Amino acid sequence: MTREMWEGNQAIAEAAVRAGLEAYFGYPITPQTEVLEYLSRRMPELGRTFVQAESELGAINMVYGAACAGVRVMSTSSSPGVSLMMEGLSYIAGTEIPAVLVNVMRGGPGLGNIAPSQSDYNQAVHGGGHGDYYPIVLAPASVQEAVDLMALSFDLAEKYRSICMMIMDGSIGQMMEPINMPEMRPVQRKDWDWATNGRMGKRERHVLTSIYLDPYEEEKTNLRLLERLQQVQANEVRYKEYFLDDAEFVVIGFGTAGRVSLSAVRAAREQGIKVGLLRPVTVSPFPHKVVDELVKRIQGFLVVEMNTGQMLEDVRLSVKGRAPVEFYGRPGGVVPFPDEVLAEIKRVASSRLSLEANPRDAWFERMMAMK
Amino acid sequence: MQKEIIIAGFGGQGVLFGGQVVAYAAMDAGKEVTWFPSYGPEMRGGTANCTVVIADDEIGSPLVKNPPLAIALNLPSFDKYEGLLQKGGTLVVNQSMVDRGAKRDDINVLLVPCNEIAEEIGDKRLTNMVAVGALLTALPELSIQDVERALAAHLPERHKNLLPKNYEALKSGFEAAKRSNQQAVFSKQ
Repeated sequence: MTREMWEGNQAIAEAAVRAGLEAYFGYPITPQTEVLEYLSRRMPELGRTFVQAESELGAINMVYGAACAGVRVMSTSSSPGVSLMMEGLSYIAGTEIPAVLVNVMRGGPGLGNIAPSQSDYNQAVHGGGHGDYYPIVLAPASVQEAVDLMALSFDLAEKYRSICMMIMDGSIGQMMEPINMPEMRPVQRKDWDWATNGRMGKRERHVLTSIYLDPYEEEKTNLRLLERLQQVQANEVRYKEYFLDDAEFVVIGFGTAGRVSLSAVRAAREQGIKVGLLRPVTVSPFPHKVVDELVKRIQGFLVVEMNTGQMLEDVRLSVKGRAPVEFYGRPGGVVPFPDEVLAEIKRVASSRLSLEANPRDAWFERMMAMK
Repeated sequence: MQKEIIIAGFGGQGVLFGGQVVAYAAMDAGKEVTWFPSYGPEMRGGTANCTVVIADDEIGSPLVKNPPLAIALNLPSFDKYEGLLQKGGTLVVNQSMVDRGAKRDDINVLLVPCNEIAEEIGDKRLTNMVAVGALLTALPELSIQDVERALAAHLPERHKNLLPKNYEALKSGFEAAKRSNQQAVFSKQ
């Protein structure tokens, strides 16, 4: 197969089309707009549905409706736009229907800026909308990985009747890389046993709702959602590892922070430091088990993120105080350079690490000392 | 092997496309490559830059602070990247747009009058290709032929009639850079 050069945003748009995307609803916002722009041409060309909604709220509710009918549907947005979608997302979660959403993240909170950021990890992984629900969250680090995960998103969303969200920072949306684009899959609308797609007088009514006035019924629903989370946790954890075999220290970072760390880890290896990299590809489910195994044989972790330490909390949850965890972050839309991460690796590898210290507080002190 | 290149200048000088051409050539030569643009609220006449990383293996960081290679198409870019270039690196400078020579003597500065060369060939818009041609003198991983093939394969159909002039721009830039390099070596001696 010949490789082609694709920009990240356009690549995920085409990948979604080839995965059988039947309907797309969205609203423009930088650095995500190219997805919308691309699909505004591509979807009508294939006789499929594209609507530029009147707002993000409109878009996510159109997604809700189409998802109830059992079609492969998605929306894309960027941080402030995703916040606007949170109500609809909660309803989709409560209704237990598959939907795919991509957040091409930018600096925040508020209007923030349009630079690459990982500031929406908590919103994506730990809810965002109201109520007890657990979306599947994928975090690509390259254009090829974003394309591969795009197709997977639909499969996972349908398999678990869940929201599957892909969080990629603005740099992956804007960069170009050579990729192998998957073959076009035919649109296969499945006759789901829950879809409200017209009974034609042939079957019992399907009822989709997120309202359970009886608390015991809502409780059952909440437990069902939790059960699905456990299935996802058991079956769908994905991660990439680099140089872990003999590693004494391990950097953990997702998305762009992960690939920047790869450069730093390679440079540290050249200097004789036995350091490896764990790059979670699914951040929900988080690869707790692999962290748990690493705890037993390494001297310390360094978590690197483009935020003030959001995934850090999940890492600490896996580590459970059994190994030192250190943190380095660049929030606000700043992308760290490899030499910053290398300096952190050297610091971690050469200092006496504490099990008790709060890694975020310690990092904050170092940051303020530098300013 | 990994090489990082920053191409910088004013918006409208073909900074982003210049980087894309290098990226396409690297891809067609079987390399891994990442092309990353500055994508702030940009406008014509504002500053623009892109980073191209070429490697044999999976690429880590898409950004580089101290590149070994850079093209500065205007004075602000020359000022900025002369300071940031790796020791021993090569900086192609569009001599048409700057009023000074190099300050550092631990990098290789190639002064090439890209605008004049482009205008001689007959199209001001070839400035970026002249600079890319000059860059190739310091990027042995890619030949002029690699870049020519990339242009032929990836230039939009409506611009295919401009291919011969683009080839000429690449070659002229390459030759001018070699001359600039010889003069620099000569003046150091």
